[in-house]
Amino acid sequence: MNILFDRKPSLGKHVSDNLAIETKALTKIYGSGNTEVVAMRDASMKVRQGEIVALLGPSGAGKSTFLTAVGLINPPTSGQVIIGETLIYDGPLAMTNLRLFRRKHIGYVFQKSNLIPFLTARENVQVALELAGQRGGSARRRAMELLDSLGVADRARNLPSMLSGGQQQRVAVARALANEPNVILADEPTAALDSHRGRQVMELFSNVAREHGAGVIVVTHDHRALDVFDTTYEMEDGKVTEGIVTGS
Amino acid sequence: MNLAVKDIQHNVGRFALTAFGIGMLLMVVMGMGGIYRGVIEDAILLIDQTDADIWVVQRDTRGPFAEVSRVPRTLVHRLAAVPGVESSREFVYHTIQREHEGRPIRIAVLGLSWPDDHGEWIPLIAGRPLEQNHFEMIADKTLGLHLGEKVRLGKETYTVVGISTGMIGTSGDGIAFFTIADAQAVQLDKPPEALRLDREVRRAQMAENDMSASTPALTERVARASNELPSIAPPEMSAALVRVAPGASVEEAASTISGWGDVSVYTQQQQKDLLLKGSVEKIRQQIGLFRVLLTIIAAIIMALILYTLTLDKIHSIALLKLIGAPNRVILGLIIQQALVLGVSGYAIAYFLGQQLFPRFPRRVILTEQDLIQLAVIVIVISILSSLLGIWRAMKVDPNEALS
Repeated sequence: MNILFDRKPSLGKHVSDNLAIETKALTKIYGSGNTEVVAMRDASMKVRQGEIVALLGPSGAGKSTFLTAVGLINPPTSGQVIIGETLIYDGPLAMTNLRLFRRKHIGYVFQKSNLIPFLTARENVQVALELAGQRGGSARRRAMELLDSLGVADRARNLPSMLSGGQQQRVAVARALANEPNVILADEPTAALDSHRGRQVMELFSNVAREHGAGVIVVTHDHRALDVFDTTYEMEDGKVTEGIVTGS
Repeated sequence: MNLAVKDIQHNVGRFALTAFGIGMLLMVVMGMGGIYRGVIEDAILLIDQTDADIWVVQRDTRGPFAEVSRVPRTLVHRLAAVPGVESSREFVYHTIQREHEGRPIRIAVLGLSWPDDHGEWIPLIAGRPLEQNHFEMIADKTLGLHLGEKVRLGKETYTVVGISTGMIGTSGDGIAFFTIADAQAVQLDKPPEALRLDREVRRAQMAENDMSASTPALTERVARASNELPSIAPPEMSAALVRVAPGASVEEAASTISGWGDVSVYTQQQQKDLLLKGSVEKIRQQIGLFRVLLTIIAAIIMALILYTLTLDKIHSIALLKLIGAPNRVILGLIIQQALVLGVSGYAIAYFLGQQLFPRFPRRVILTEQDLIQLAVIVIVISILSSLLGIWRAMKVDPNEALS
């Protein structure tokens, strides 16, 4: 039982009733027989549009496995992943073109910024836009707008190696937002940042959820910024606890 | 946005070095092709330049380029009498190696049929054709001789009066042109001691003959210079060249001459075929096979380089897949880089070749056809060699972006 929060406020007005993400009894088993490892067991979660969710838990609890299953990178052994109203995984079976779906509907932010090293900050954002079909000038302008909104427009021409950890993470957020996805998944995005920068990034996700109506799941160890989240889940031994509403 | 170009710009130094390495390799492939072509061109150059319709050589031999051929000088007069023959001339050709100014020099000696032929047809870059029947020579520039230079060959000294270009013998040695008489003098030159011994032998043989007792003057006469003795045949030539009159049939004239029992007859094309299928065939095959091997090696090296370049980008490729890049974007990234590498390497090979090949001891001829053929091969190699990298890239799991 989660004992971190003793208040149970309702979800904020910015949170829609429509579901952005729903997982049903997701299970992931690696290996078989004597080498079988259950990384995730019956993990169910609902994230509404505009809702920002924190996923806590110790190392090896299955958080990343859960996130990669929801992110359509790593198919579950059983269970379902539904994004919006589309059934994506029914067990390990993909019901749609995963890469196309990821391109249009999912934005990722990782512990390490994961920028393409041979592209500048602007180009890292622009590439996501161009992959989704935007061309030349309009993709460039949109990339600059996003960088500007995240306060790193002045570093647009810099390669990732010339940016600080916080700046890189902001560029990664800009890339995740580029195609206005329905779902944003972030895996310990503040691990490489100081507490001040870490909080800024978390607030950024919160704003994105509110302004874009996206469902946001953030895997984090950083308990200092939990007040930013609408709901908190905890994972232990591959299981997801019931969500606790923490939001403002 | 072109990801291939962006990656190249980011690693421009490394990419340039790789392209330079591939360029050097392709230059060797290009050079081998050029040497191959040069061997063929050199082999048939003389046949083309002498422009004879029919080559008449010693019976059952393959002509002066394949083996020793000796025909009498009087043959040209017999040939001139054949119906359909416009003119006939002597041909003397042999290779010598002498020392000149402390260095060995190999010369392909070619005799011009003086006084009909002064060498006006020879492409000169300096000087003039021959103007006297002795002690003048025209040297190809590859021999390294200078205009006006004196060259001692045997007992005589010859002056270089003209410098030719592109006149290479079938063995790849530069040609020096002399009059027929001088060419034979160079070939048959004997030291004074050998001449004295020859005379002594003749005198001794005569002394054993009864005639020496009855005609003592004969003993004295046989000891004279050999060219003063009617019983000793004059020096022979390598071949006789025939030009057929306009409108006359080369085949008919050749057929008439081939009926003679002391000579063999070849048309110009037959002489070329004999050369290409005979004396230069093995070197031609060897260079051809070496060229094929080099091309395969170049393909393997390019494949390994491209595979390594792909391995370096595995994380970026996984990331691209993660954010939804379709396979064609990743394929394009690898194939475009392979093509840029191949095309850059080809351009570097061509540029370096232009600077280096003229310094090679043998002619390296880059024909348009060979260059286009190699360009196509490079493009095919580039695409094929990228397959290994593509195979690796296709195997990349988007999950790897998270590791």
